[in-house]
Amino acid sequence: MQQTEKQSILIIRHKMKKDVKKVIILGSGALKIGEAGEFDYSGSQALKALKEEGIRTILINPNIATVQTSEDIADKIYFLPVTPFFVEEVIKKENPDGILLAFGGQTALNCGIKLYEGGVLKKYNVEVLGTPIQAIIDTEDREIFANKLKEIDVKTPISLAVTSVDEALKAADEIGYPIIVRAAYTLGGMGSGFCNNREELINRANNAFSYSNQILVEESIKGWKEVEYEVVRDAYNNCITVCNMENFDPLGIHTGESIVVAPSQTLTNSEYHKLRELAIKIIRHIGVVGECNVQYALDPNSEDYRVIEVNARLSRSSALASKATGYPLAFVAAKLGLGYGLHQLKNSVTKTTSAFFEPALDYIVCKIPRWDLSKFTGVSKQIGSSMKSVGEIMSIGRSFEEVIQKGLRMVGQGMHGFVANQPIKVEDIRKELEEPTDQRIFAISEALQRGCTVNEIHELTKIDRWFLEKLKNITDHQKELERYNSLDELPDEALLEAKKMGFSDFQIARLVLNSPSNEMEKNLLAVRDHRKQKGILPVVKQIDTMAGEFPAQINYLYITYGGSAHDIDYEKDGKSVIVLGSGAYRIGSSVEFDWCSVNALNTVNDQDFRSIMINYNPETVSTDYDMCDRLYFDELTLERVLDIIDLETPKGVIVSVGGQIPNNLAIKLYRQNVPIMGTSPVDIDRAENRQKFSALLDDLGVDQPRWSELTSVDDIFDFVDKVGFPVLVRPSYVLSGAAMNVVSNKDELEHFLTLAANVSKEFPVVVSEFIEQAKEIEIDAVARDGEMIAYAISEHIEFAGVHSGDATIVFPPQKLYVETIRRVKKIARKIAKGLNISGPFNMQLLAKDNDIKVIECNLRASRSFPFVSKVLKVNLIDIATKVMLGLPVEKPQKNLFELDYVGIKAPQFSFARLLKADPVLGVDMSSTGEVGCIGDNYYDAVLQAMLAVGYTIPKKNILISSGPLRSKMELLNSARMLKERGYNIYATGGTHRFFAENGVETTLLYWPNEEKSPNTLEYIRNKKIDLVINIPKNLSKDELKNGYRIRRDAIDFNIPLITNARLASAFIYAICKYDITDIPIKSWDEYN
Amino acid sequence: MPEIRKIKLVLEDGTTFEGKSFGYEGSVAGEVVFNTAMTGYPESLTDPSYEGQILVSTYPLIGNYGVPGDEKDENGIPMFHESDRIHISGLVISDYSFEYSHWNAKDSLREWLIQNKVPGIFDVDTRAITKVLREKGTMLGKLVFEDEDVDFYDPNKENLVAKVSIDEKKVYGNGKHKVVLVDTGAKYNILRCLLRRDTTVEVVPWDYDFTKDDYDGIMLSNGPGDPQMCEETIGNIRKAIDIEKPIFGICLGNQLLGIASGGSTYKLKYGHRAHNHPVIKAGTDTCYITSQNHGYAIDQESLGDEWEPLFVNINDETNEGIKHKTKPFFSTQFHPEASSGPTDTEFLFDDFIDLIEESKK
Repeated sequence: MQQTEKQSILIIRHKMKKDVKKVIILGSGALKIGEAGEFDYSGSQALKALKEEGIRTILINPNIATVQTSEDIADKIYFLPVTPFFVEEVIKKENPDGILLAFGGQTALNCGIKLYEGGVLKKYNVEVLGTPIQAIIDTEDREIFANKLKEIDVKTPISLAVTSVDEALKAADEIGYPIIVRAAYTLGGMGSGFCNNREELINRANNAFSYSNQILVEESIKGWKEVEYEVVRDAYNNCITVCNMENFDPLGIHTGESIVVAPSQTLTNSEYHKLRELAIKIIRHIGVVGECNVQYALDPNSEDYRVIEVNARLSRSSALASKATGYPLAFVAAKLGLGYGLHQLKNSVTKTTSAFFEPALDYIVCKIPRWDLSKFTGVSKQIGSSMKSVGEIMSIGRSFEEVIQKGLRMVGQGMHGFVANQPIKVEDIRKELEEPTDQRIFAISEALQRGCTVNEIHELTKIDRWFLEKLKNITDHQKELERYNSLDELPDEALLEAKKMGFSDFQIARLVLNSPSNEMEKNLLAVRDHRKQKGILPVVKQIDTMAGEFPAQINYLYITYGGSAHDIDYEKDGKSVIVLGSGAYRIGSSVEFDWCSVNALNTVNDQDFRSIMINYNPETVSTDYDMCDRLYFDELTLERVLDIIDLETPKGVIVSVGGQIPNNLAIKLYRQNVPIMGTSPVDIDRAENRQKFSALLDDLGVDQPRWSELTSVDDIFDFVDKVGFPVLVRPSYVLSGAAMNVVSNKDELEHFLTLAANVSKEFPVVVSEFIEQAKEIEIDAVARDGEMIAYAISEHIEFAGVHSGDATIVFPPQKLYVETIRRVKKIARKIAKGLNISGPFNMQLLAKDNDIKVIECNLRASRSFPFVSKVLKVNLIDIATKVMLGLPVEKPQKNLFELDYVGIKAPQFSFARLLKADPVLGVDMSSTGEVGCIGDNYYDAVLQAMLAVGYTIPKKNILISSGPLRSKMELLNSARMLKERGYNIYATGGTHRFFAENGVETTLLYWPNEEKSPNTLEYIRNKKIDLVINIPKNLSKDELKNGYRIRRDAIDFNIPLITNARLASAFIYAICKYDITDIPIKSWDEYN
Repeated sequence: MPEIRKIKLVLEDGTTFEGKSFGYEGSVAGEVVFNTAMTGYPESLTDPSYEGQILVSTYPLIGNYGVPGDEKDENGIPMFHESDRIHISGLVISDYSFEYSHWNAKDSLREWLIQNKVPGIFDVDTRAITKVLREKGTMLGKLVFEDEDVDFYDPNKENLVAKVSIDEKKVYGNGKHKVVLVDTGAKYNILRCLLRRDTTVEVVPWDYDFTKDDYDGIMLSNGPGDPQMCEETIGNIRKAIDIEKPIFGICLGNQLLGIASGGSTYKLKYGHRAHNHPVIKAGTDTCYITSQNHGYAIDQESLGDEWEPLFVNINDETNEGIKHKTKPFFSTQFHPEASSGPTDTEFLFDDFIDLIEESKK
């Protein structure tokens, strides 16, 4: 380059414009559907950006399992609810200069808007950094937003409000059919639907007016392409679009429910840049400073478009775009909020070029949602305009075939790609395609197998033919592979082509070798050996934001068969340590394992090792490329992990911090001579295998509930005759409904077995004795060479029977006998020794009258590790990682008896999003997230935690239907306290009578099916009730009548609901003893 | 699916990439360059600036939306192409979509390449090729079929501009302002951008002495190859500078204006061919994302006293445009007419028209 250094005319002022020294940032609280791990990532990035500037950061987020609420990320952390009350209290105390509202999802934004509208920010002179708050408010209101865009001639879907059928017809003529009718102000889309002509509209409108006196007549753009842009603007009015994304599923399916690719695949240059230009026009008009997401509908038959939505904050899409491109949107947005210009910031991947640029991708990414709908009773499996997915994955590759197949494996629902799966059960394939469920993509596979044409599938799904043709390439190649019956017959070209199309060794083994499931592992390894012999190997590519134009300084990597050369060189010095991450967030495994993974990486980074991460979840911090030396954004399958191990030749692999996915890989990797760090996989297997573990407990003299694995219905009844009801039934093959159930009598058992389970030699059922009224205790611990060196014991508020992920957990335990604690510790020591544990482990135990039984043991970190680590202020993962690395560790001096405060971990449910699901708790987990709060005492902490997951302190009226006698007794005292505090108690029949007999006066409300007034439903629907306590009569999930209607209505009408008597009484005690103003505003470091 | 023949890309340094043919089945040689754009292959392929070049697309999935037809607009200009034919010598991609899908497509990319006798190779590691070019610089290369080798060929030793320019003057539109568009390989979108702004555009051959014509402004277009080859054009620009009517140059036009004003140009190691290049307006905090396609640049140090940089590339600080300190002459190294690429700087055509109106007063 002939450019001389001395006379650069680039006079760029690298300085921050704003004078801020202390900033508050709001987190998003517990993970819930629609607001998940992406905000941990966004918030962590923002905090890092501020820290770099020497600004003091105050974080308010009760989600204790997040990475952002770890030491050294924010200067001060408040585990308090993100509500206007608490944020104001923190502002009062901390006196910050600025506040960031855009990094904590809708929760933070809504809270910020209330603080602004209530004059709080002005009162305390707190500046909103980034996008002006009025601009945000403008985008939140549909009408203001549409008018705002009209000012700059940008189109939004036409929507006309009408109050009569005549007006509706007129409006429809104006818009043109088909149209959509929506009843205004109703929940769950009641009365809404499509109309293709006058007659349909008359019918529909008449129906809709029975719900509401105003209806909206809107143009239908269902079936249009859905395209999103992530746009950034700085205070100098410089704009870029960092990424665009195209939904595989056309409009009509929520973008959170859609398969999404980046960049767009079916848009011409003209379309791409037309929408890009509009996005920039919009962001300028709104006045965003920072990041913004624009969603479009694009006509598949012209360049006509509509803007559907603008989110003037970081979002799930922006997190995805950051991971898809390597452009750290949240980090940059935070800097822009401080007054920087984009051109004054560096591209954090190349470190030499500017942050003012638009990433060029030389790969394709695919996002696929993860649903867990089978965890819920009653929920509709159809996907549509509301979000139900609980997590997502992102796959990276160099062809669509490759990314879709990789992605479908990553989602982790037992599928091996687009083909070669166990066939799904679809009776009416046309219906499945037309009215999609969470199985849609597999329905397309099935349709192609059955010989449907691309055009037929397109007609039914409106999915662009380009995507469908690519899918057909996969099924075509499947047929090609099926022509061969041995690896020797299989031509190299066909094998290579298969790998380029994302076929796994597993799929090839199944298609070519017709492997039965019990020989799968052997056969897929045979494919692997064959492949390696033929030199058919994948390559490692770097994500560099510039498509190779400039060298990348970081190792953000993926693996593909679409190439011939690696982008990086391997040292082969045995100094790498690989940490396996946790995969897609799902019910039962989410941000807590990301925290564990990140902390393991931190410990590895502190040592003289190269840290390597493998994970593929775009909502995580562990997949942030500056967390480790090398990030492989790729599959956690045996095949892919071995591919990476072959290249890295690591010192070892850590399998115990990423939850069940890496844990399940341990023994398979071990069999391939991979060095596993920590506890031997042989011992992991002894804990995982029910028979082996049971035998071990017997040897150690440790008690366990009686159980048996049974293969016939008769055997089951014989076993139950011995142990008595209730029993916990765990089928290995489920026909429908929940996988596990507690049954209380013969009828229930019969009903469950015939309806829900298949019992046979091939599919045995495990039946265990279920101990009622037992306390459930957890121990999270670390051992070294079989010696327990650190531990934390916690207790559940609920009695056993509520899944540990749904339970409210207290640490340190407040209501356990010292004797119980000592015995739990002893048992843990014995087991640590018996399994020769080196690393983290977790056990769940039952205690009844000091009689202690072990119910589960996992030789890995558990969901509660971040919670207990942060409350105890002893990082159990750091200790465990040091143990696994073979470093000296001192036993922590602190123990749980020395804490002068209490931590409560409470679950967050997302039932409101899951239409018709029964919001009741059982042995299967259904919460989507959690919070952890710290208080000076038990009730203080209970109250904080409950408020943090969305409960409110009831004003006046509480409805109680208290279920079985036991819970009636449990709640009696609570009811007395409520009466003393002046609450009105409403009760259903049995509860009313029981309370009356015991001297507590209540107002009787009739059950829903009694159809008499005053009725429970009427009170709930008219919002006359502030809290519903509804205890199901038994532990079965089938109680779908009265109780269900009360519970569901409480959810649908946004009234706090408690379904567990123990939790209800804890909450009632808390609200009777404490007022919200009694809660101390104390940061984490103030609890000593 | 058609029968697929083997083809390979051989670089000057001997590096060879074996792949599969999806275009015309004939070997070809040229200069190998890479482009990092993710959309716009029909526009790029018809861009005359690519004359003599074998184009590597770093974006792996190509052909997805087929190729639009050659329908003409009311001025007789093809609506969706940037010239009347494909100008690249060969196309190098990773993953070809044999099945395309778009409402506006008339043909597959494959059919179009065959019609234009342009070979294409797919199933090669385009990222690896790009890295070779990044590290060693742009080099010669050839696409060869097994039975048909060809010699390397350096297009920059030829006057490529003469090859792509029109043969005789042609007038478009009937607007208020008369603009001479010097066709050194102009993309049609420059013409379209001018015609949208109330102009009559006289497109003239590269060596045509337009200074004798009656005009309100000069538009110097983009084009292929080494600017030093265009001596005649440079001579004419020098005369136009003396006439003092507004001049607006794009890409090659920027380089020619630079040379005409006394500056010099040099060849970049591997050029700028992308949709994402950031430029900053000199002396301001105003930045634009631009579409770029050039292998040569003006040496900023060589500019005469009367001239100053107008835009600078934020990534590598190379020159992205110049302007005269007092007279109505300016030019950009990037492509304000876009097509393909971002449209952020199309306002420069308005600026040009403003200068014309100003100069008419």
